[in-house]
Amino acid sequence: MIPEFGHFALILALCLALLQAVLPLAGAAVGNRHWMALARPVAAGQFVFCAMAFGALAYAFLTNDFSVRFVALHSNTALPTFYKFAAVWGGHEGSLLFWTTVLAIWTLAVAVAGRAQPLEFSSRVLGVLGIVSAGVLLFTLLTSNPFDRLASVPLDGNDLNPLLQDPAMVLHPPMLYIGYVGLSVPFAFAVTALLAGQLDRNWARWSRPWVVGPWVFLTLGIALGSWWAYYELGWGGWWFWDPVENASFMPWLVGAALMHSLAVTEKRGLFKSWTILLAIAAFSLSFLGTFLTRSGVLISVHAFASDPARGLFILALLLVISGGALLLYAMRAKDLTADGGFTLLSRDALLLANNILLTIAAAAVLFGTLYPLILDALGFGQISVGPPYFNTMFLVPMLPLAVLLGIGMHAAWRKTPPHLLVTKLKWPAIGAVVFGVVSPWIFFGTSSVLATIGIVVGLWVVASSLVDPVTRLVRRGGTTARLTRAQWGMYLAHLGVGIFILGATVTSAFDVELDRGVRPGETWQAGGYEFTFQGLRNVEGPNYDAVEGQFEVRRDGELVTVLRPQQRVYRVQRNPMTEAAIDARLHRDVFVALGQSLGDGAWSVRIRVKPLISFLWIGALVMALGGLVAVSDKRYRSQKAEEAERVREPAPATTRVQPAEGH
Amino acid sequence: MTARHRRMMLIAAVLGGVIVSATLALRALEQNLLYFFSPTEVVAGEVPTERIFRLGGMVQEGSVEREPGSLTVRFVVTDYANSIPVTYTGVLPDLFKEGQGVVARGRLEPGGHFAAEEVLAKHDENYMPPEVAEALEKGRAASQP
Repeated sequence: MIPEFGHFALILALCLALLQAVLPLAGAAVGNRHWMALARPVAAGQFVFCAMAFGALAYAFLTNDFSVRFVALHSNTALPTFYKFAAVWGGHEGSLLFWTTVLAIWTLAVAVAGRAQPLEFSSRVLGVLGIVSAGVLLFTLLTSNPFDRLASVPLDGNDLNPLLQDPAMVLHPPMLYIGYVGLSVPFAFAVTALLAGQLDRNWARWSRPWVVGPWVFLTLGIALGSWWAYYELGWGGWWFWDPVENASFMPWLVGAALMHSLAVTEKRGLFKSWTILLAIAAFSLSFLGTFLTRSGVLISVHAFASDPARGLFILALLLVISGGALLLYAMRAKDLTADGGFTLLSRDALLLANNILLTIAAAAVLFGTLYPLILDALGFGQISVGPPYFNTMFLVPMLPLAVLLGIGMHAAWRKTPPHLLVTKLKWPAIGAVVFGVVSPWIFFGTSSVLATIGIVVGLWVVASSLVDPVTRLVRRGGTTARLTRAQWGMYLAHLGVGIFILGATVTSAFDVELDRGVRPGETWQAGGYEFTFQGLRNVEGPNYDAVEGQFEVRRDGELVTVLRPQQRVYRVQRNPMTEAAIDARLHRDVFVALGQSLGDGAWSVRIRVKPLISFLWIGALVMALGGLVAVSDKRYRSQKAEEAERVREPAPATTRVQPAEGH
Repeated sequence: MTARHRRMMLIAAVLGGVIVSATLALRALEQNLLYFFSPTEVVAGEVPTERIFRLGGMVQEGSVEREPGSLTVRFVVTDYANSIPVTYTGVLPDLFKEGQGVVARGRLEPGGHFAAEEVLAKHDENYMPPEVAEALEKGRAASQP
């Protein structure tokens, strides 16, 4: 009964979404305030029904209702409760239901925040979100109903894919989806600006938190996915340029560009059409990501449930929604005029460079991801693009970006006198170069050109992000009153970028990898550590059986840790799975994974010693934290704060390096 | 310099950057393209020598041999029409099994066997890599008179 109730709630949500897509937009077009006013209550109603549908599916999972096809395919009585709940988004149908529910939550948030905005504006935004929501709900109901029943009820379920039975996997998809789906909001804002034919600074100020928010979630989601791949796939790598990873990374890059371009639009009234275009692109790329993962065109860990009809439906949806927005853009972009100019050494120009470089990187990733698909579709044979392509194409625009970033944070709008920048950034630059060249020799006794460049650039970003906060803390007797939250957010996020660059460089350049066959009692060296394979035993988990190896790790004779990697076989699906054991410290990870029995009592093992890999996750966390701090800035909260800011900040000064407003 | 000149220069700089990066992209792409071939295509001599490519098919039943205690393993990849012997030194993926789909990256050695640098097995029991499915299809077509 409950699943039918969920199905019915989903149908009602679709009806409300259709209402929300039509009436507010029509009302705004003809000036009917009653129709416009419908947007908010309808959005709230849609949220309630989506939440009910989601709750119904979760209930079916928790009560082991295997008469529901989706539950039978993705759960099992022996599955721990925690994973039963997470299994709701562990397959195609449920993850779509989750998608629509998240969209309903974002829509509700926009509706609540929209009370401070003109009715016409907020109802248009909600109307556009209604179109997106109706499209996805229609897709769910027509092609991927999670509430479908089975004619004959199995005694037990097929179990959740063992790869997904992991705490990070419980969080990774929701984070990513919240980010993906959240990018619909700036899209709706962009379409609203086009419909109204005007884009002022209020528009930019209202939009900014709705870009930073989803971007924060995307950052966390991507980092969690990378972390999961690192310890769960059993290979010890953290980024594979897998098409699905790329699919989540492209919206992240374009979202970052959009965030920065919006800063210019708000502060200086420039880059208006570019901002709109980026908002449309970020949304389209999230949708493309859904298409890539759900259409079965990819060979990937993520490509569960493939069905060509679904792919076609998403592609059609993408064409209608993004194509419509682009058409509108073509018709209206000429109305969006810039308010002024700028010189080459200014924050405006540096942010322009940021946007160009981020867009180039995103385009290169997009090209490498789609090229094999297009060739295959045209019948030119099957090819794949190797990671070296992506590494090169990504690093070439990213290195200058990181260098310019350090300057950009300290440049003033419109025009900056060079000597002020030199005074301020001289020491961070010298320090980064000296320490960057010397430190690999000190810590690793070796170095390379690429490693040196990476470390210098990483240190430069860290140092230039810290200049202002540190100066404020030291000189003003510990008061930080003059840095706004937006500025703190900016410095923090960029600090995170620097930490990440350091981690990525050092891990890639100085990691130690060793695959070998070992017998119990054998001892060997890797990366300055001494490993001893002590033996094997059998372990029984709740829904798997495992062979567990025991490895002693010593350094200079002293015991560092004992690692117990497992080779599991999950009872229902009979899939073997490597469960690596990792000793994680701030400065390095020691990673041991058990392979297969080689006969003669020998086993294959993978050993990895990865210096500074924790900096990858810390960097991503600091970036996300920076975003959160920036969003909490009070000028996003009310009209009053905006007035206050206008009083505090008269005409933009051109001869003084001002503490920059965050972006 | 007038505003118009400045704008023209900016556009020229951007265009130049786009052209340079597009050229770089295409060159990097060309060097990193990996082609996929089935055993039948390899036997028919369609594979360029001296180039890394990906070989896909099924691991033939009973073909997996190990040198005891070492990481070197030999197996045969087949599309049931033709087969290619493969050698690989390293840890095999979890889902590597006889009678199951596999994709190996490497090059063809003069003796006609394939030296793999990387071996990928499918990630899901219910899921056949589309490439392997197609390779099997081609093999079936080739073996029919």
